[in-house]
Amino acid sequence: MSTSAPSPAELDDFRREVADWFTANKPKDPGFLLPQSFMEVGTDEQFYFLRDWQKKIYEAGYLGMAWPKEYGGGGKPQALQDIVTREMVKQKLPFMTNTIGLNWAGPLILNMGTEEQKKAYIPGILSADDIWCQGFSEPDHGSDLGNAQLKATRDGNEFVLNGSKIWTSLGRHAKYMILLARTNPNTNNKYEGLSFFLIPMQIPGIEVQPIKKLTGEYGFNQTFFTDARISESCLIGKEGGGWAVAMATLAFERGAVGGQAGGHSMMSKHVSEVVALAKVARRNGKPAIEDPVIRDQLLQFIIEERSQALNGSRGRIKALNQERPGSLAMSGKLVGSEYQRRLNQFALSLQGSNAAYYVGDPLAYEGGLWQRSYFNAFSATIGGGTSEVQHNIIGERVLGLPKS
Amino acid sequence: MLDSNKKPTILFSDEQEQLLEVATNFCRDRFPMSETRKRIEAKEDLSKALWDEMAGLGWLGIAVPEEFGGSGLTLAEVVTVVEPMGEHLAGTPLVATTLAAQALLAAGTSAQKETWLPKICEGAIATLALSEPSGDWSLTSLEATATKSGDTLTLKGTKTFVSDAASADLVIASVSYEGKAALVLIEKTQLNNITREIVIDETRRSYRIELDGITVPASALLDISKTEAALAHIEQAACLLLSAEACGGTNGAINVIVEYLKTRKQFERYIGSYQALKHPTVDALLAMEAARSHLYYAATMFGEGIEGEIAVRMAKATSSSALAFASDRAIQFHGGFGFTYDCDAQLYRRRGIWCEAQFGDAAHHRAKLSDMLL
Ligand SMILES: Cc1cc2nc3c(=O)[nH]c(=O)nc-3n(C[C@H](O)[C@H](O)[C@H](O)COP(=O)(O)OP(=O)(O)OC[C@H]3O[C@@H](n4cnc5c(N)ncnc54)[C@H](O)[C@@H]3O)c2cc1C
Repeated sequence: MSTSAPSPAELDDFRREVADWFTANKPKDPGFLLPQSFMEVGTDEQFYFLRDWQKKIYEAGYLGMAWPKEYGGGGKPQALQDIVTREMVKQKLPFMTNTIGLNWAGPLILNMGTEEQKKAYIPGILSADDIWCQGFSEPDHGSDLGNAQLKATRDGNEFVLNGSKIWTSLGRHAKYMILLARTNPNTNNKYEGLSFFLIPMQIPGIEVQPIKKLTGEYGFNQTFFTDARISESCLIGKEGGGWAVAMATLAFERGAVGGQAGGHSMMSKHVSEVVALAKVARRNGKPAIEDPVIRDQLLQFIIEERSQALNGSRGRIKALNQERPGSLAMSGKLVGSEYQRRLNQFALSLQGSNAAYYVGDPLAYEGGLWQRSYFNAFSATIGGGTSEVQHNIIGERVLGLPKS
Repeated sequence: MLDSNKKPTILFSDEQEQLLEVATNFCRDRFPMSETRKRIEAKEDLSKALWDEMAGLGWLGIAVPEEFGGSGLTLAEVVTVVEPMGEHLAGTPLVATTLAAQALLAAGTSAQKETWLPKICEGAIATLALSEPSGDWSLTSLEATATKSGDTLTLKGTKTFVSDAASADLVIASVSYEGKAALVLIEKTQLNNITREIVIDETRRSYRIELDGITVPASALLDISKTEAALAHIEQAACLLLSAEACGGTNGAINVIVEYLKTRKQFERYIGSYQALKHPTVDALLAMEAARSHLYYAATMFGEGIEGEIAVRMAKATSSSALAFASDRAIQFHGGFGFTYDCDAQLYRRRGIWCEAQFGDAAHHRAKLSDMLL
């Protein structure tokens, strides 16, 4: 197939090929609970399972399909990768664990990195040999990312890192980190003192400590830096120009711009699963689905779920996005993550008194996975910029409202 | 339809794109808010010059086949004209006339279509008389009747919310006839007792028609065998166009809010910098975006059986709620000024109540949907 736009018939053929490949190659049930997103990889067995899965898909030619060939990509049209990603979601296959590399560090490096950086980092991102993590949030500065204080002090052609990053997803497994650090503590404007680095994790002075998450499992980490030395070649963008790089990264992270390698990064719940639950859950001696109030609530979720799919479709029609061009792209993360949280919460309420069971109890509905899933849904309403901060951003950038 | 794997796709034609652009510019020019307020006060129901201009643009015949003098397009194209009109709260007989034409197309006899559709395309005003004093949204629960004696039908009962009846050349009324719902043509000269209604949306000209004493020839009946399907079609067409009005209206309400939030200061800060105002305004935007996606999907799927009906009901439900929320917040976010007649927020709120009250609110359509989907 050439890089020119594939014909509808070619796309259909490809769709079939991909569906067949995944059906034949889908991994067996590992026999242990998998995490629901890249932000919750807690155990080694989870990690190795997921890494092997990504590697297999990459080796089959189904990841990074639209990235340049010279760095290990497929050099093919984006439409093909989109088909693969959709098929993964459709077949409810495990997600791509190296999401930070695939979907934000990778496109960032391809956009702004030097030739050397591209050659060094892109192939390992795709094959999952090199896992990436993200060092943005700090214990005292999360939403206020521009206030990050981790020190990167220049010493000749090196920088010395001191401080700590927190909520580092995949930190225990990562070979590299995208790091936002303060290279100049004395600027008038807090943003101007920041620089952006691509740093190795396995060096003296970096220590990663797992943090137990609300589900009781492990997932993310705190990363401590004590006189850790990195070369100045780790800089991406200019020294002091880190804020702009961080903003570009967040645009990839939130899906506000394209260029990602593809693959999904979390397992989403679907309203049809909740409808199925409403058929077995009981209210007043009858199936809950016969209760008119529950029916109305289900319909609201059905309509909302379709809104998201339709927003995706309408987002591709330029004439229907004239007045506020960025609106749909910038609101996808907020709408999707809040929907998931509320849908999971509703699934609990449907279970009546059994909503109070949790993973491990033999009477817990579907092993208590809805309870776990509700908790895990907060990963996306908090991570990547909280829903409240997303409201600020949309209000200010899309509607032009004054800053808070 | 609950299958997550079927991705619904919105199609948008070149004709839709062109019409949307033309109509957006037209409405910006012809329907500034000052003009909308003048129309509320105006004695005559309609600006004849504006109506002629709209007819001249071909908008009355968009969804009428070429053989009857129309453009042979579909309601999906009409949507692109109605949406910007909704944004500007334009009150014209465009929607009423379009729906009446749809009724003729769905159940009119050849003679009725040949007589009326070309006239409509050229600017005749037509309207539907479907509602009754009970306020029931069901289009087939009818108290009004037609009784036949010889070649004449004698009509009886009251029809409410008949848009633009005073200027209409043709009214198509629903009545119960021999125990079934029927549609009957009433010409201007046959109407004898109409009263202007006092309605919450003052941009509308709405009338109550007393049918008692009206007789029409039996040939005024639309094809009885097609009437049930025609009423279902009219209901969906009305919901689609009301959704377009409501989506446009929501955008208008959001613009009213944003303008004030960017210019009004309290405590030395623009009020738009307060998250108690900013965040709900963003929620209004998200609701509008969702409703608009449903609207254009309903336009894409219109007439496609059950899937088409599902899409229309979802559009009506989301757009009604979106306008209700945005316009309600528009009043609150203007403070004392929001309580005034002068503030445009009330115009949108009134429109919002109208849009919910006509052809079913969100809960009504969700109830219908739940029977189709669960
Ligand atoms: C599962 C998970 C994985 C994560 N992974 C990573 C990772 O890999 N790397 C990384 O760097 N970070 C990661 N994060 C961190 C995430 O980006 C931050 O938690 C987030 O940006 C919020 O920062 P905070 O935790 O300091 O909360 P705070 O900023 O302290 O927020 C506390 C509360 O105040 C609200 N708030 C704060 N500022 C405002 C404002 N201006 N307006 C209105 N409300 C406001 C917030 O919405 C929140 O409700 C992860 C988080 C989670 C939950």
